[in-house]
Amino acid sequence: MTIEWQAFSLSLKLAGATTMVLLPLAVVLARYLAWTRSVLKGGMEALVALPLVLPPTVLGYYLLVSFGPQGMPGSIYADVFGETLAFSFTGLLLASLVFNLPFAVQPAQRAFESIACEVRESAWCCGLNAWQTFWKIELPQAWMGVLSGAILTFAHTLGEFGVVLMVGGNIPGETRTISIAIFDRVTAFDDRSAAAMSAILLAFSAAAIASIYVLAHHRRNHEFQ
Amino acid sequence: MFWHTTDEIMNSSSGRLSVTLQQQRPVSLDVDFRCGPGELLGLVGPSGSGKTTVLRCIAGLARADAGQVRCGDAVLWYPADGVDLPTRRRDVGIVFQNYALFEHLNARDNITIALPGWSRERRNSRAAELLELVNLSGLEARRPAQLSGGQKQRVALARALARRPRLLLLDEPFSAVDLVTRRKLRKDLARMRKRLEIPIIMVTHDLDEAYELSDTISILYHGKTLFTAAPNAVMRRPSTPEVAHLVGLTNIFTGEVAEHDRARRLTLLRWRDRILECALNESYRPGETVHWLIPPNNVILHQRVRPSRGERENPVAGVVRDLVTLGGSVNIELDIESSSGETLSFSVPVHVAERNSLDMGERIGVSLRAAGIHLMKYDRSR
Repeated sequence: MTIEWQAFSLSLKLAGATTMVLLPLAVVLARYLAWTRSVLKGGMEALVALPLVLPPTVLGYYLLVSFGPQGMPGSIYADVFGETLAFSFTGLLLASLVFNLPFAVQPAQRAFESIACEVRESAWCCGLNAWQTFWKIELPQAWMGVLSGAILTFAHTLGEFGVVLMVGGNIPGETRTISIAIFDRVTAFDDRSAAAMSAILLAFSAAAIASIYVLAHHRRNHEFQ
Repeated sequence: MFWHTTDEIMNSSSGRLSVTLQQQRPVSLDVDFRCGPGELLGLVGPSGSGKTTVLRCIAGLARADAGQVRCGDAVLWYPADGVDLPTRRRDVGIVFQNYALFEHLNARDNITIALPGWSRERRNSRAAELLELVNLSGLEARRPAQLSGGQKQRVALARALARRPRLLLLDEPFSAVDLVTRRKLRKDLARMRKRLEIPIIMVTHDLDEAYELSDTISILYHGKTLFTAAPNAVMRRPSTPEVAHLVGLTNIFTGEVAEHDRARRLTLLRWRDRILECALNESYRPGETVHWLIPPNNVILHQRVRPSRGERENPVAGVVRDLVTLGGSVNIELDIESSSGETLSFSVPVHVAERNSLDMGERIGVSLRAAGIHLMKYDRSR
């Protein structure tokens, strides 16, 4: 039995990096979507939600094409860094940001939406500027949603398979993540390794989901005590 | 430790607030009122009349097309000169209808957050003073979710006063609490406001509330300031039948000025086949058609068992059409004799109704107090 710690640590690295990069972007986007009166709001929300319904292989295909030398992002990246975006960790990270968008944005958006506009207006009447209002009022009140988004993003990245395989291929140490390693082991009839790695992933995902529910429950109790 | 008198806790120097707002859309506004320091102005109107919009314009949370908002020497908003202070620099204390407390902060921090730039020590001592002022000492560590409606309102008030604002805005401050709490909070506000030397604007749709608490009532209808006056004047001397209607006065009739009797300081009013005497009012010419109004508390029931001299004052007879007991008094609707179906409503204490054995269909007499009759300019559209 072999547990591929390298694949495992790559998955953790990808999940961590995705969460770190996506979090601030998601907060900005979620806050904007929560309060905008733009006519484009519906369209933007649909776009954010698209990765939820798109088959990972389809999303992965388009990302692969655009990351390749013929695609715009791919060619720009190749010109600047002299290497291809597809089949690289950076490409994987970019793809990961895209397919995690709904997971990070939606819980945060719901949280920002639940803040009554009078609460922000009170903050302004208290002399707080926009930045202070964000840090001291909005974010503390929405942080459960933001945190849920972060945990979902992290857990979802650990487990993502389709997009990762399409965009990253299966390069050990670069793009071979734990879910791909498991798939690889199964096709090689190495059931024991697949089982062990699956169990670890299961434990991780269960812990992540459980923590969200525990947080939500804690918050409910706290509010109504 | 420094020492405060209560007035230092409350006070901030301030000037007279003057507000004029004009706007066509989305809601039309034509607002004009003033409120002096230490004065409480009740902004009254039915829902949808634009009261809250006016408050939001003063706080800088909304903007009209034209007009100005100034307080003393400070110009808060004057678009003609390009002046538009952001909300946080207007120094306005506001208490929202639902209080809008910061749920993630305890009572003390809800107040200290309104003091950005102060040292922690000063902020905490200021919060303690204010919590004591609103009778919440001991509850500083509670979160809003752990406070009752009345307590939340007190925190909101303390937060609004923390910065020693130049004016205080209250948006339906008592609508979210039960009746008992509401009475108590009203009393507290009446007590506290005497020590506040800033203009206070209170939005309410509850006329009784405005009547009890305000120095001045401003009636807003469809976004337009119809009438601004002392509560008594609003209730007894409304400017137009429309205002009278809005403040719930019903005994409005149409008559004609017959003559002015300067010697007796009376104006004689022809109404149907009668002549009514009212206090001399020469702003209307003899022969001019006018609306006239008699507030219910100026309608005096003639005692059936023991007639008195006062019955000679504008006697009117009629048949009791409806009789409703509400609390300690009986509301009576009277079909006036020799009128085209006009009715007069007034109320008497329950014991008076019983002693005179009033009942539906009975014929009774009442007097309209001359001093209570109020004349208004004729409005053809009514």
